[in-house]
Amino acid sequence: MSTRVKLFIATLLASVFLTGAVEARTVKWARSGDSLTLDPHAQNEGPTHALAHHIYEPLIIRDSQGKALPALAESWELTSDPTVWEFKLRRGVKFHDGKPFTVDDVIFSYERAMQPTSDMKSLLSSIDQLIRVDDYTLQIKTKGPNPLLPANLTDLFIMSKAWAEENKATKVQDFKNKEENYAVRHANGTGPFVLVSREPDVKTVMKRNENYWGKGQVPLEISELIYLPIKSDATRIAALLSGEVDFVQDVPVQDIQRLQADENLRVAVGPENRAIFLGLNVGDPELKSSNIKGKNPFADKRVRHAINMAVNRQAIQKVVMRGQSIPTGIIAPPGVNGYTKELDVIPPNDIEQAKTLMAEAGYPDGFSVTLHCPNDRYVNDEAICQAVVGQLAQIGIHVNLVSQSKSLHFPALQKNEVDFYLLGWGVPTFDSHYIFTFLYHTKTDKEGGWNGTRYSNPKIDEMTAGLTKETDLTKRNQMISEMWKILQDETIYIPIHIQTLAYAMKPDLDIPVDISNQPKLKFVRIKNQQQ
Amino acid sequence: MVAYILRSVAQAILVLLAVGLIAFSMFRFVGDPVANMVGQEASQADRRELAERLGLNDPILIQFGRFVGDVARGDFGVSYRHGRKVSDLLMERLPATVELAVLSALLATVVGIILGVYTAIRRDGLLSHLIMTTSLVGVSLPTFLIGIGLIYLFAVELRWLPSFGRGQTVKIGWWTTGLLTESGRKSLIMPVVTLAFYQLTLIMRLVRAQMLETLRTDYIRFARARGLPERRIHFKHALRNTLIPVVTIAGLQLGSVIAFAIVTESVFQWPGLGALFVQAVQFVDIPVMAAYLLFVAVVFVVVNLVVDLLYFVLDPRLRTGRALAVR
Repeated sequence: MSTRVKLFIATLLASVFLTGAVEARTVKWARSGDSLTLDPHAQNEGPTHALAHHIYEPLIIRDSQGKALPALAESWELTSDPTVWEFKLRRGVKFHDGKPFTVDDVIFSYERAMQPTSDMKSLLSSIDQLIRVDDYTLQIKTKGPNPLLPANLTDLFIMSKAWAEENKATKVQDFKNKEENYAVRHANGTGPFVLVSREPDVKTVMKRNENYWGKGQVPLEISELIYLPIKSDATRIAALLSGEVDFVQDVPVQDIQRLQADENLRVAVGPENRAIFLGLNVGDPELKSSNIKGKNPFADKRVRHAINMAVNRQAIQKVVMRGQSIPTGIIAPPGVNGYTKELDVIPPNDIEQAKTLMAEAGYPDGFSVTLHCPNDRYVNDEAICQAVVGQLAQIGIHVNLVSQSKSLHFPALQKNEVDFYLLGWGVPTFDSHYIFTFLYHTKTDKEGGWNGTRYSNPKIDEMTAGLTKETDLTKRNQMISEMWKILQDETIYIPIHIQTLAYAMKPDLDIPVDISNQPKLKFVRIKNQQQ
Repeated sequence: MVAYILRSVAQAILVLLAVGLIAFSMFRFVGDPVANMVGQEASQADRRELAERLGLNDPILIQFGRFVGDVARGDFGVSYRHGRKVSDLLMERLPATVELAVLSALLATVVGIILGVYTAIRRDGLLSHLIMTTSLVGVSLPTFLIGIGLIYLFAVELRWLPSFGRGQTVKIGWWTTGLLTESGRKSLIMPVVTLAFYQLTLIMRLVRAQMLETLRTDYIRFARARGLPERRIHFKHALRNTLIPVVTIAGLQLGSVIAFAIVTESVFQWPGLGALFVQAVQFVDIPVMAAYLLFVAVVFVVVNLVVDLLYFVLDPRLRTGRALAVR
């Protein structure tokens, strides 16, 4: 055989092999934690939704930039009655078990998600009535006008009514009830991947849904998807370096540079829809943890402005985050409705002026206070707090740092037990209302749940309520901008930065960082290396 | 002997109750499970309602009493994190941990005794010195560093062994084993070596010290004088008399290997009980933490009992003495 013929055969074989490889590409996807459950309404938690998005689908999904795209709904609009939204559902969609998808499945799923044991119920609390117009048209009547309703539906997955009834999974898991729900480890959705097997904390295997409605509209080039939780950072990165996994979602900050230098890997970096900031107790008559008695130094706006100046965001970005963060002057991440460059002003790091402000407020010698910080929730959370301790010492504020697990930190914050704390806040609805209602509204049973500052401003509360009723978007946006002007001056929070995320993967994959940290792998194209 | 076992069991139950009570009084320092069980949108009212439903607002003693009552009926509750029965979860994870722990203990004991005897007999040999120096590394390096070092060398650089997980497992009844497949066996190597390293060096040093002491005793000298072959002196007479402390330590170490495989399991993403416990602590999954701590207490109690009984086998003097006392 001549060399030329040999070469020809080799090329032929190679091309067959390579196209074969593209046709049947298994992607092993590793991240630090597992999904908590396959039951789509039991847990309202990022990693759980991230996996569920591959098996189940909501009416509307978001792309990696947060833009809303039609999924099981083809279109949606507010009807002439401002309290009624109408959704036109997609026709010809089948669940993985072959049963057709209709409006009854949507109504069933939403009712299931509104059960008392469901963790998704608060997203649907504005719903008054679900109206079946025909097989493929749904109307949702809300208790008052709710211009934001579609934004609340992007993680509300649709289950098959028939399947849930057959398997006695019509109720969401109740932890009091000692039985396991069928839907916890089994799934039947309409999504791009079909569940093959699941071993919690070990692996979840999914294969491509060959009857997917979106075939031809999305690449859907991954034939098999294996989801592997690997808790230890070093082991997860080692598994990528050794080629045992293809895609690592949670890349530790300190590894990013090293992985970027590796020619056999691709690293994607991008901002997450989440701001990290400090909260100040501005409402109590005195701070329990402070040496100043009889008055609350944080209640003085000059002190808050001084702190805002003394926190050196650039230093935190450079030293603590190794460049992997975007310093910010507002706790609304870019991309959220209401964020503007004009509001996002980082005050100059002027220690002298900050000291002057402190003296004017009557604290020339500063004061002491305790800062509470989580140590297992955000990127380098504890290290950020340590940096803040040093920076505030420059203006005489002696900060005593307590860092603890999120399971202790968050309840303390919610019960108004801390004076000074670190918190991160993501905005899944991409609208400022979500920030106002949870972080600025007076703490009540329904609202202000994460407002640990004791801040209470009737005007802000009233305007927050007004935002949910105003359907004229221009007027609504004016209200939002007015509120931000007031709140930026109040400075009850000290914004630090927008957290960035990093994904590392084999070079034939190109997975952009998803702003909600829920990459949807049906959009991924496999690149042929040889071309 | 039967009376002795019964007495031990009665003591064990007291130990278990004490462990349970201490564990329950500690849980509230771990955190509030409700914070992990609901999403960030849940309202204050929802959170209070869930805490009430789970009985978390009751006093510790009432919670503990309820737990003991349920356990007495064989009910360990439902995991807050997995939404599944704790007993099922533990049974599912047990094989992985037992396989890892038993193999490590075996490796540590067999190799530890062989090396211990060798370094005692060839005190000044070059190889003995080398072994002793290496063992210092085993005693002083933390487990996770050894694990990560092995991963870097054998998984990332050489690519001989997988860096995480159990590989392919085979189900035999409710038990799963990795020993019957190639990927399962390969996956076992690094975790077993990592977990065994510390125990191995400990047993080796213990055997060596005991051997050195025994070899100086009169009866060994007399055995030599009688012209017995060296091999018989070392293994029949000397080794047997060094074994009592070795069995005690090795037994207790087996207990701690099962109980505290936590670090090794976390480094290698080994789907065993230790990894389950670590995640339960982070999530404040009270039913899983409580059941796991009880399990660990049971392991220690059983291992202690077995060690006590082994003394009878190893030391004939105890056998006759105890037999007389019972009569």
